[in-house]
Amino acid sequence: MKRHRVKIGETILAYVVLAILSFLCLFFFYILIVNSTRSHADLQKGFSWLPGNYFLENLKNVANDGSFPMFKGILNSLIVSSASAALCTYFSALTAYGLYAYNFRLKKFAFTFIMAILVMPTQVTAMGFLRLVTKMGLYDTLWPLIIPSIASPAVFYFMYSYLKSSLPLSLVEAARIDGSGEFHTFNRIVLPIMKPAIAVQAIFSFVGSWNNYFVPALIIQSKDKMTVPILIATLRGADYMNFDMGKIYMMIMVAIVPIIIVYLLLSKYIIAGITLGGVKE
Amino acid sequence: MNEKKSRVISRRSFLKGAGAVGAASILAACGGSDSTAASGTGAEASAEGKVINIYSWNDEFRTRLEAVYSEVASTSADGTVTTLKDGTEIHWIINPNQDGVYQQKLDEALLNQASGSADDKVDIFLSETDYVYKYTDAEADVAMPLTDLGIDPDTDLADQYPFTKTTASDQNGVQRGSTWQCCPGLLVYRRDIAKDVFGTDDPATVGEKVKDWDTLKATAEELKAKGYFTFSSYADTFRLYGNSISQSWVTPGDTVCKVDQQIMNWISDSKEWLDAGYLDKTVKGQFNDDWNKAMGSASKVFAFLLPAWGIDFTLAPNWDGPEGSWAVTNPPQEYNWGGSYIHACTGTDNIEHVREIILALTSNKDNLLKISKDYMDFTNTMSGMRDAATDDGFCSSFLGGQNAYEYFAPVAENIKIAPLSSYDQGCVELIQNAFSDYFQGNVDYNRAKENFETAIKERYPDITAVEWAE
Amino acid sequence: MKQTKQKHLSYAKWGYIFIIPFFLSFFIFSMIPLVDTIRYSFYEYYRSGIKEIGPTFIGLENYKSLLESDMLKYAGNTLLLWLIGFIPQIVIALLLANWFTDMRLKIRGKQFFKVVIYLPNLIMASAFAMLFFALFSNSGPINSILMSLGLTSEPIDFMGTAFGTRALVGLMNFLMWFGNTTIMLMAAIMGISPEIFEAAELDGCGSVKRFFSITLPLIRPILAYTLITSIIGGLQMFDVPQILTNGQGTPDRTSMTLIMFLNNHLKSRNYGMAGALSVFLFVVSGILCFIVYRMTNGSDDAKPVREKQKGGSKA
Repeated sequence: MKRHRVKIGETILAYVVLAILSFLCLFFFYILIVNSTRSHADLQKGFSWLPGNYFLENLKNVANDGSFPMFKGILNSLIVSSASAALCTYFSALTAYGLYAYNFRLKKFAFTFIMAILVMPTQVTAMGFLRLVTKMGLYDTLWPLIIPSIASPAVFYFMYSYLKSSLPLSLVEAARIDGSGEFHTFNRIVLPIMKPAIAVQAIFSFVGSWNNYFVPALIIQSKDKMTVPILIATLRGADYMNFDMGKIYMMIMVAIVPIIIVYLLLSKYIIAGITLGGVKE
Repeated sequence: MNEKKSRVISRRSFLKGAGAVGAASILAACGGSDSTAASGTGAEASAEGKVINIYSWNDEFRTRLEAVYSEVASTSADGTVTTLKDGTEIHWIINPNQDGVYQQKLDEALLNQASGSADDKVDIFLSETDYVYKYTDAEADVAMPLTDLGIDPDTDLADQYPFTKTTASDQNGVQRGSTWQCCPGLLVYRRDIAKDVFGTDDPATVGEKVKDWDTLKATAEELKAKGYFTFSSYADTFRLYGNSISQSWVTPGDTVCKVDQQIMNWISDSKEWLDAGYLDKTVKGQFNDDWNKAMGSASKVFAFLLPAWGIDFTLAPNWDGPEGSWAVTNPPQEYNWGGSYIHACTGTDNIEHVREIILALTSNKDNLLKISKDYMDFTNTMSGMRDAATDDGFCSSFLGGQNAYEYFAPVAENIKIAPLSSYDQGCVELIQNAFSDYFQGNVDYNRAKENFETAIKERYPDITAVEWAE
Repeated sequence: MKQTKQKHLSYAKWGYIFIIPFFLSFFIFSMIPLVDTIRYSFYEYYRSGIKEIGPTFIGLENYKSLLESDMLKYAGNTLLLWLIGFIPQIVIALLLANWFTDMRLKIRGKQFFKVVIYLPNLIMASAFAMLFFALFSNSGPINSILMSLGLTSEPIDFMGTAFGTRALVGLMNFLMWFGNTTIMLMAAIMGISPEIFEAAELDGCGSVKRFFSITLPLIRPILAYTLITSIIGGLQMFDVPQILTNGQGTPDRTSMTLIMFLNNHLKSRNYGMAGALSVFLFVVSGILCFIVYRMTNGSDDAKPVREKQKGGSKA
């Protein structure tokens, strides 16, 4: 190996750019944190770089506001996101395995079809979806936010690529010879092998579902079923809420903090996962 | 706590046209159960449901109810459930008014009224002047006639201001709702600025300086010379014009939206005022952070146009200067702003409680005076308000000891309610939104007109044309 | 896979069984709605006040009135908003990816920087937009800071001008996505064989030249992929401008996107117009899908998939 010549000038430039970008990324969250610790009256006076001591008071106001049930919203969001993440990863893996390990007449067609719908925006079917859900009696329930995630073409494709690179079919053969049933093989042998891919996709579908706004806004009507993004949007529309800016900042805090905590804990895996199974040599 | 603000649905307009949506459903949902509901009058309390569902857009009604309805035992910490002494629970379903969200949610609930179980049915819902018409419609029949509840408007509600009774009546003159408040508006001004500019803060003298639009314009020039703004934004004056339109926005049965001459006047005056520097350019609309800050002591804004609730609910919490810095006087034009109507929903299983609540909140003079005293609400009792105007017990320390009712009462007696239509909320929101861009110089006059036409047709697909006065 | 054909012939039914849930779910929740949407695009069908109008068959009337409306303007807005975010996003991402992978730069704390720049990608777009709305209002913290630094004497009306609003939307999209793109491109660059770089260095190739004549051509497939997924995400742009402008696309509807326009029709329950607009969107995204399909088909396993899922807020 040849020793690299270190380029001081460019390194400094890189640090400067990185510092600016990091500042941009963190600055807004810093203001958010500071402002969520100050009372409305303090906020009226202008911005301060130092946090106040109103954090608990604001948090209490948010928790006790029955017309913006943030904590109920977080619970709903957790239910929807976990359930969709579970369904989406399991069935995507199942579908990928079905198309990878078996040969059947419509295989080529099925694969092509999924690829064709890979990037179809959910919004174009929104109108029909709304009508369908209403007819099925599922309007204003959490089900329509969960069940459709069984069909996630993008996750399927990820799983498929992963299977191709890490599951030798001989392994499946060997299991069959041992008398393992097909479902058993999938659940006991294939799934464990796919664990890294499943973990990554579970995180991303969780986040995707947690942040989803368009579909839930169409489907959910009642307060006690609202997810966090709808509550946030209602907040923007409800001018009278601006009455207490401290509370507003606290609500935004509450909406994004769970994800940030999860992210900081798992950042290593998440960042590695962005490209896992994707860009490969 | 956040009560009054949301009453002002009209400040900004948003494109989700949900507001108008659900009335069709109401028809289907509520029609059927009418006869049973009506026959419930005078039924035994034992036949009453255990849950009273009340739809509203903030907790104002709840606080009033807690204050004067003697049956209230307690309310949960998050404000969603109030328990009555007999064990009946009131469930509060609160949705913000803006953007038609409240109406959309209410309409969905009314759609399920026929099929819902007794404890899920809507029992009471509130409406605002801007869309009360939609819900009192005789054909839709979602709000029960008061007589079906056992309330005789002619005797039980005789002391109410007549215009509130007219507003809550359907096209046949049957009263289908009742309110505890009426909302005459005044001009609220900063005493320190008045002293600085006019040399006095006496309400009578200041009243002379703002008695009509022409005089006010001359006064605005005086204020400007000293570096003050007369009002904070063009939205502040909208009610005064919008309340005196001569024909409704959309004539019932018609599909043409007519923009009244008064609205055109508001547009030209607002532009003139903003360009002349009488209004604060940085404040756009109302009920936002900028508007709140304009009410602080660092602000250069001389006055606001507010009804009684506006003083108690928006001005006072945002004021950070010494007590007694504000005063009220007559507005340049009489106007009414707001008004929450209580309706018994067709199909309710709590007739007795609903009647009691409506009577306790809207016809009991003592209760109404208590509300006036505690919340500075201008309540719906003509004799009571006349008394209050001369009763020193109603003086406000926020207003430096002034008795505001002295000014409110005469305005209230002169209020003429503008002709209503079920499209009002959308029209009022969207016209202000479209012309905000024009006032700020982002678009020219014709473009603003076009934007209004696009937006109104988007929200109400059945509107076919817009007619502009002039 | 050819040799597996004979071996697994008898297991074919399992293949069908395993893929059935996916297709069933897709058929019910996407296919039926899609057909329904297309069908009603030919009808006059909406709710208004106390009546439901239609459905009445009116042929292509909805399409006609759409073309007469400002739809193309909103399409232009969408494109512009996307570009404002995408151009800095790709430039910065390329720059960072190049620096991060350049052995000759001594950058410490790479992991830290990666964590930080990727952070905004996970933030709820709606909460992010709400935050920006509060921060950039006339009397908000940003103006307060600018004024106390003496940079401006009057508050800057960020959201009062088309430029300001669009710039804010672009900034948010940029912040949310540049980290993701950086990490993606880094992986692509690291996939390039180190010998190529070493050879280039021996030939005395400078970093600028190296970047343009080696790195860029070799990561072209990933770049193209990023571009396409970003365009598709941009087409679906909704959350950020919707919440920042409260659905109005102010001022003068200059930040109204196609999906916001669709949302307006959905909210007023105008099924006919919403259907027609959906069909337009479907055709456009169909064309884009076709391009993606061609790309993914071309080199099956060299494509990251991750980005597509979050398309809703991607730009």
